[in-house]
Amino acid sequence: MKPLLRLLPYLARYKKTLTLGILTVVGSNLFSIVQPLFLGYAIDELKAGIESKIYVTSDLMLWAGLIVGFSLIAGFFTFLTRQTIIVVSRHIEFDLRNDLLSHVQKLSYSYFQNKPTGDLMAHATNDISAVRNVLGPGIMYPSDTILTFVLVLTMMLTRDWQLTLLALIPMPLVSIVVYRVSKIIHDRFTERQELFSKLTTRAQENLSGIRVIKSYVREAFETDEFKKLSWEYMKKNLVLAKVQSLLWPLMFLLVGCSIILTMYFGGLRVIDSRMSIGTLSAFMSYLLMLIWPMIAFGWVLNLLQQGAASMGRLTAIFDTVPEIRDTEKTNHSLTDIEGSIEFRRVSFTHKYAQQATLRDLNMKIEKGMTLAVVGYTGSGKTTLVNLVPRLYDVTEGELLIDGHDVRSYPLALLRSSIGYVPQETFLFSDTIAENIRYGLDNGDSHIRDAAEISQIEKDVAEFPKQFETMIGERGITLSGGQKQRTSIARAIMREPKILILDDALSSVDTYTEEEILKRLKNFMQGRTSIIISHRISTVKDADLIVVLDKGEIVERGTHDELVLKGGIYADLHQKQLLERELEEM
Amino acid sequence: MHEEEVLGKAYDARLMRRLLKYLRPYRWHVAFGIVMSIVISGMEALRPYFTKIAVDKDIASGDKVGLLMTALLFLAVLVVRGLIQYANAYLTQWIGQRTIFDLRMEVFRHLQNLSLKFYDKNPIGRLITRVTNDVEVLNEMFSSGIVMVFSDVFTIAAILYFMFTMNLGLALVSLSVLPLLFYGTFLFRRKAREAYREVRLQIARINSFMQEHITGMLVDQIFNRERKSFEKFSAINGAHRDANIKSIFYYAVFYPGIDLIGALSIGLIIWYAGANALEGTVTIGTVMAFVQFNEMFWRPIRDLSEKYNILQTAMASSERIFQLLDDTSILSAPQTPAPFAHVNGEVEFRNVWFAYNVPSDGVQSPEWVLKDISFSIKPGEKVALVGHTGAGKTSITSLLTRFYDVQKGEILIDGMNIQHVKPQDLRRHIGVVLQDVFLFSGDVKGNISLGDSSISLDRVKAATRVVGAHRFIEQLSGDYDAEVKERGATLSVGQKQLLSFARALAYNPRILILDEATSSVDTESEQLIQAAIKKLLHGRTAIVIAHRLSTIQNSDKIIVMHKGEVREMGTHQELLSQNGIYRRLYELQYKDQEVKAPLA
Repeated sequence: MKPLLRLLPYLARYKKTLTLGILTVVGSNLFSIVQPLFLGYAIDELKAGIESKIYVTSDLMLWAGLIVGFSLIAGFFTFLTRQTIIVVSRHIEFDLRNDLLSHVQKLSYSYFQNKPTGDLMAHATNDISAVRNVLGPGIMYPSDTILTFVLVLTMMLTRDWQLTLLALIPMPLVSIVVYRVSKIIHDRFTERQELFSKLTTRAQENLSGIRVIKSYVREAFETDEFKKLSWEYMKKNLVLAKVQSLLWPLMFLLVGCSIILTMYFGGLRVIDSRMSIGTLSAFMSYLLMLIWPMIAFGWVLNLLQQGAASMGRLTAIFDTVPEIRDTEKTNHSLTDIEGSIEFRRVSFTHKYAQQATLRDLNMKIEKGMTLAVVGYTGSGKTTLVNLVPRLYDVTEGELLIDGHDVRSYPLALLRSSIGYVPQETFLFSDTIAENIRYGLDNGDSHIRDAAEISQIEKDVAEFPKQFETMIGERGITLSGGQKQRTSIARAIMREPKILILDDALSSVDTYTEEEILKRLKNFMQGRTSIIISHRISTVKDADLIVVLDKGEIVERGTHDELVLKGGIYADLHQKQLLERELEEM
Repeated sequence: MHEEEVLGKAYDARLMRRLLKYLRPYRWHVAFGIVMSIVISGMEALRPYFTKIAVDKDIASGDKVGLLMTALLFLAVLVVRGLIQYANAYLTQWIGQRTIFDLRMEVFRHLQNLSLKFYDKNPIGRLITRVTNDVEVLNEMFSSGIVMVFSDVFTIAAILYFMFTMNLGLALVSLSVLPLLFYGTFLFRRKAREAYREVRLQIARINSFMQEHITGMLVDQIFNRERKSFEKFSAINGAHRDANIKSIFYYAVFYPGIDLIGALSIGLIIWYAGANALEGTVTIGTVMAFVQFNEMFWRPIRDLSEKYNILQTAMASSERIFQLLDDTSILSAPQTPAPFAHVNGEVEFRNVWFAYNVPSDGVQSPEWVLKDISFSIKPGEKVALVGHTGAGKTSITSLLTRFYDVQKGEILIDGMNIQHVKPQDLRRHIGVVLQDVFLFSGDVKGNISLGDSSISLDRVKAATRVVGAHRFIEQLSGDYDAEVKERGATLSVGQKQLLSFARALAYNPRILILDEATSSVDTESEQLIQAAIKKLLHGRTAIVIAHRLSTIQNSDKIIVMHKGEVREMGTHQELLSQNGIYRRLYELQYKDQEVKAPLA
């Protein structure tokens, strides 16, 4: 239950409303607790009337009126309870979810690589909703239950304490039964869940391996195996059903015993004229009022347990400190970035990885220069550029921008000076304009300029609503090349001091690529750029080309120098010429 | 995700009829369950009746023994009722479990029969949901749902019966609030449903926002967009909160409202009793019984909303399940399949045209993956398929095993059109080794025999010995019984390949399709693999999508695919001297291997 303490500050924000809510619970209980009494009085009155043959309608009307009137007032209070306590729980749910997102936004890139998106989504919906249940029903029902219990018991005890005790003999049994049986249910449920996940895994493996299964004609065998598991799962369910089915009949039986005890012993009292028939009727009504709290008790306990488990998971996220953030080492007097970049003996090893991804890199790119990085898949190119906007921090050596360690820049300044086009284009399901503007408030003419440089403008002109066209699920689907060009426009739009293109032209045809590069050249004057590419055509004009192999720089120089050298670069060059030839055959 | 969020109709007669068919095998169980619920309902309604007898007969006349007898009788009824209730609860669960077991197997069997075309279109995650969760949801409807409906109806009927026989006037008076109740419930249901729909919609929006922005977190962070994204999220989150608050309002009115109507009914009972007490038509016991009836009557009506939800989710799930069951992308098996017990292994492609998708309008021409492909392979011949990515090599192998059907032309094995035999019979003669080795979780021998009981452990061992996999297997703890994790996570790439070779060999096919893996392995494994391939192909007709120079050089014929066509055919030396596509491919893809793999 400890994790739930974290919710106190949230509850404190709504203290007043919550206090009011608790008061309304008291109100509704007070007004409903007396109703069985009124009914009892009415019955006594009726009995007296029948026996004495005196007409009593007006008195009865009073009791009837009081029952309806009190029910109305109690109902109004109940209405208020829900409108306060439950509504507050929704407000806190909102706060919690907002806090979760804004915390998650601060977490570093590596966090997301190790955490499945589905998990985070489950936290934001299921877990928060479980916590919400604690805050709403988890507050409303216990307070209501406890109060009802106390009030009903007082009422009964003051009327006839002996009969009360007699009637309540089965009641502790009810709670014990609920507790015990739900424990067994819980265990069997866990077993059932385990089998269910086996079943799911089996289905998943079968469907993923359907090609093999079909090739080897193993469908019948697979069906048999699945059938066995399915059957076993069914058995487990029935074992669970055996206990689960016990719960309600047993509860009703015990409650029924209470009623019989009351009826018998109460009846004896009435016969001996030690109790009025009306009081007996009130007793019976009170007993019925106790059933619900008994049931609710077990249920609320369950809610609290689930809520605590969920809050524990949420706490784990809230307690994750972002690896990369502004710290006391941040030098806030740095307010501008020119764009010269220097790698000084830079090495980088991924967390949990055995081998370094980058080893002892040394290079300097002056402001306005273009650096190109080529190499095989997995040679560390993307990791290299990820160091610049600090998606990762170097593990050894230093990365300097304008002579200052990159870690001394305020994160916001650093990142707003960089235009980054990632390898995997990511666009949001929003309009093209929004995707390019992406939070900047510049005028639309900027969007057009950016779109012109990245050569997406002509395509946009043909879309149904031009720049206001929605893309993604609720709009049109862009081709890979169009996505890349939009993504480039987004980076250009920010007029960055440093532009990073991570294989950002791979889906663009060679002609368009040339057009873009031509325009970029103009735009990039005075800006530094780092270009990763598999295509020689993209990188051949760079001021410096480095070839990465297994995290090390193995070749460096200009295009002409590297071609003459006859290494990996020259090989790549050769193969691409061949490929072009093949394309044309 | 979104598809699952859609809230369909709560009741669809067509779906319901189809669902009920699954109960057919258990109709007697269902009938028995219904009988039991009728008995339970009757006994439930007896409770107020006992109160009346105790009050009017025993207590009124001061008969203590009679009161005890009534109490004991009441207890006896309670116990019997409890037993029946238990039996019934278990029986309904049993029915539900059996039914969904049947349904689950039907879905699974259907999935096994669907062609690969279907699997190309449907993400596996969604299919898993059909077999597991969607079926699961129906359990509640099949078990408690259907019997409960009867039970509720009978409870109400029984209560009505007792009320009317006990006192007609009182019954009419206390039921006079019913229209109010029905109208209130109806209004509530409509409002609550609207609100619920809105809540689901906002949840779906939260989910898709999260999905998008967590996947794109990198972009958000690099472009300093956190603040803006947060504001957007907060707006959706707020809309979700407001939708919930709206629905709270309806619940806050509904529950006290129902209580109030109940109180009104009690007030009316008192009033009517008072007005008629003197005539002696209404007794004290009757009034007390009616008060209890009143409370019992309300419960099924209050539960209505819960049952409604069960029904609604059941409808949505069954709709998705039936959609899957109605998918008929199953390869047409011939009515009278030709016998195909033995084959020599002669393969011929005759003017084959193939496209994965054929535009349904019939006007647009399909995107041909294979264009007019013809070639033939003699029994025992080894053929290497070479070509650039996307040239159509894999399509050729998929067509031969009839994972897809050709649009034009024919494929013949031993002169027999493969569409004239049962796909299963065809596939028994063809072994397929794919580039991505798929291993199942289980043990080593199971991954080689794939559960075929006709493949003995000795045959498994022999197969592994031939391909040289036995060495590493015998080093695993438990050797042939050693555990294989999902997708063979604990094995190396080379080991997985050797296992898949052993698998193909154990099945001893006449024709072998081998898609050589491109992934690089260490020199030692490479030697093992090359030796294994040689043995694997020995004595069989083989079609190899080749990535190894050694395999190509050893093959009888090389077919060069380019842009969906066969462009060159011949031996390695013949093709090299042609100075065409093959020569360039050779320089691009294979030449390096001469230095790297001198073994060949």
